[in-house]
Amino acid sequence: MSEKKIIRVVLAKPGLDGHDRGVKVIARALRDAGMEVIYTGLRQTPEQIVTAVEQEDADVLMLSILSGAHNYLFPRIMELLKEKGISDILVLGGGIIPDEDIPELKEIGIKGIFRPGTELKTIIDFIHSNLAQPSIA
Amino acid sequence: MDDKKNIEKISEAFKAWEEKTNKVVSKNPERKAQFETLSEIPINRLYTPLDIQHLDYLEKIGFPGLYPFVRGVQNTMHRGRFWTMRQYAGFGSAEDTNKRFRYLLEQGQTGLSVAFDLPTQIGYDSDHSLALGEVGKVGVAIDSVRDMAVLFDQIPLDQVSTSMTTNSPAAVITAMYLALAEKSGISFDKLRGTIQNDVLKEYIARGTYIFPPKPAMRITTNIIDYCAKNMPQWNSISISGYHMREAGCTAVQEVAFTLADGISYVESVINAGLKIDEFAPRLSFFFSAHQDFLEEIAKYRAARRLWARIMKERFKAQDPRSWMLRYHVQTAGCSLTAQQPLLNILRTGFEALSAVLGGCQSLHTNSYDEALALPTEQAVQIALRTQQIIAHEAGVTETADPLAGSYYIEYLTDKIEADAEEYIRKIWDMGGMIPAIEAGYIQQEIAHSAYEYQKKVESKERIVVGVNKFQIKEPPPTGLLKVDMSVGDRQTEKLKILRAERNQQAVASCLDKIKKGAEKENENLMPLILDAVKAEATLGEICDAMREVFGEYIGGTSY
Repeated sequence: MSEKKIIRVVLAKPGLDGHDRGVKVIARALRDAGMEVIYTGLRQTPEQIVTAVEQEDADVLMLSILSGAHNYLFPRIMELLKEKGISDILVLGGGIIPDEDIPELKEIGIKGIFRPGTELKTIIDFIHSNLAQPSIA
Repeated sequence: MDDKKNIEKISEAFKAWEEKTNKVVSKNPERKAQFETLSEIPINRLYTPLDIQHLDYLEKIGFPGLYPFVRGVQNTMHRGRFWTMRQYAGFGSAEDTNKRFRYLLEQGQTGLSVAFDLPTQIGYDSDHSLALGEVGKVGVAIDSVRDMAVLFDQIPLDQVSTSMTTNSPAAVITAMYLALAEKSGISFDKLRGTIQNDVLKEYIARGTYIFPPKPAMRITTNIIDYCAKNMPQWNSISISGYHMREAGCTAVQEVAFTLADGISYVESVINAGLKIDEFAPRLSFFFSAHQDFLEEIAKYRAARRLWARIMKERFKAQDPRSWMLRYHVQTAGCSLTAQQPLLNILRTGFEALSAVLGGCQSLHTNSYDEALALPTEQAVQIALRTQQIIAHEAGVTETADPLAGSYYIEYLTDKIEADAEEYIRKIWDMGGMIPAIEAGYIQQEIAHSAYEYQKKVESKERIVVGVNKFQIKEPPPTGLLKVDMSVGDRQTEKLKILRAERNQQAVASCLDKIKKGAEKENENLMPLILDAVKAEATLGEICDAMREVFGEYIGGTSY
């Protein structure tokens, strides 16, 4: 890997939720921060999202959901990533996610959960510092 | 509005005042070099008669209840009666939501507003694989007319006005409501309420589309046509700017895009053979009440004047009711913060006050806990009480349009109207709203505004109290509403029973008729859907029948 590798991010909207203001703002911010951003659009099934990750050879997968279906959809996506043997990817979640759900989501491998009010800079910094660490196989 | 000689005097005095003030400012600068509204309209230090001297009172402002309705659509406005206090509510099963509805009515709410869950809004039954994890989450799950009966249990449909937020499957939900009324012996002309039925903004901002724009517009038109002929007290559409505003657009864009959608619907219904005055009086609108208090008041006034002009001048409507922009307001969900959530009570209060001063017909106030979860009973009660305080205590309802004549408000009203009109012209230069949506233009404009706003928050050019200033360390919130995870299983069980008990052949025949009807462009689908609903076909089955003929819309991936 060369040092100047551009970070590739897949931004996805799993489930039926149509709130895409946040995800689009983040897409623009990551692009302006020099990353390559692929936005899946709305209503993606876990299968479609994992396929996008494979095809785009993504370094980061960011999942945005505001409908409350994260408890079902996030674990399903993590399961599929595992099945496909994709382990060297940073997975982040965003949206309306209650405190009590966070420990479980972290446990299944979602490294960061970002909620309304998070600064864009916080997310960008998080990506840089967490990608810099060598992945634990 | 002042005579010429007086204007000259004011102009001279203003120049003298400005010179003096500039000297003061050069020593003691103002807080910022430039001031602007939330929508980036520049704001002067002061507004005077000079700023509105071009406005002819009788032509541009006039009287409440009279064209161009800047001062409101009714002659007596809130002196006659208050706006309808209508809290958007729905979660879990029909049983859960019915309980919340009856609580709200007990608490003095004057109209109902149904929030459906996402599977219901996108035309999937609760047992569909794509519904997994979503059933009952952001609204109530409705699969068949049986659920609808539970939803309105002990609520007489001829005595309430009901608003239903359903768009792509609006025909099915309307049909279920009608079937329920028929069963209770209530004739359709007694029903009062609103169906959102605004598909265009789904492609732009809200995301619960099913079909491509062309067949979707046809269904919308079928509903407007059916309502015009059968449901004289029913608002057949609620043309919505709210969701585009939530997605990040400005006040000017909200007015422009909403009225542009309105023009598209009117054109479509006229093309279907109706005369403008046969349906235009039942068109209604839905706007946001955002945080810039004075700008919002001006926005409602501007929207009323612009729509009145469009209806009279562009569409040659004759019936004054066709000229009136009647609207519901919801306070801005996107202004709510997860940090220090009790502050949201104040934000909502100011926003609601702007809606009332702007002359709304109906209002929803958000609950303080909605940046965290669906609201609890206690949070909803405070939200409703906020409206009741404005109505009964604040004194703002005792005269119509009390801020008229304010130099700033009149200037801003005129400015928003002019800027929105310019936008609409630009959209029609691109061929109209549907081509502009298909090209992604509207979506891009909104995403741009949203990003610009966020950058201002990050740079602290915009202060959000509790978020980028005045933060505190606070414990995680407690006592939030949790939707019972078992609702999906319960709905699936109900569907099994329904499918076992109903007449399968009758259902199949009704669905077949819908498919055949969908293939014929001139057929109104409403009566066919009503028959299917009465035969207990499910929402998913009816939408699937239409999917087979119309196909499905695939959303964009640009940002």
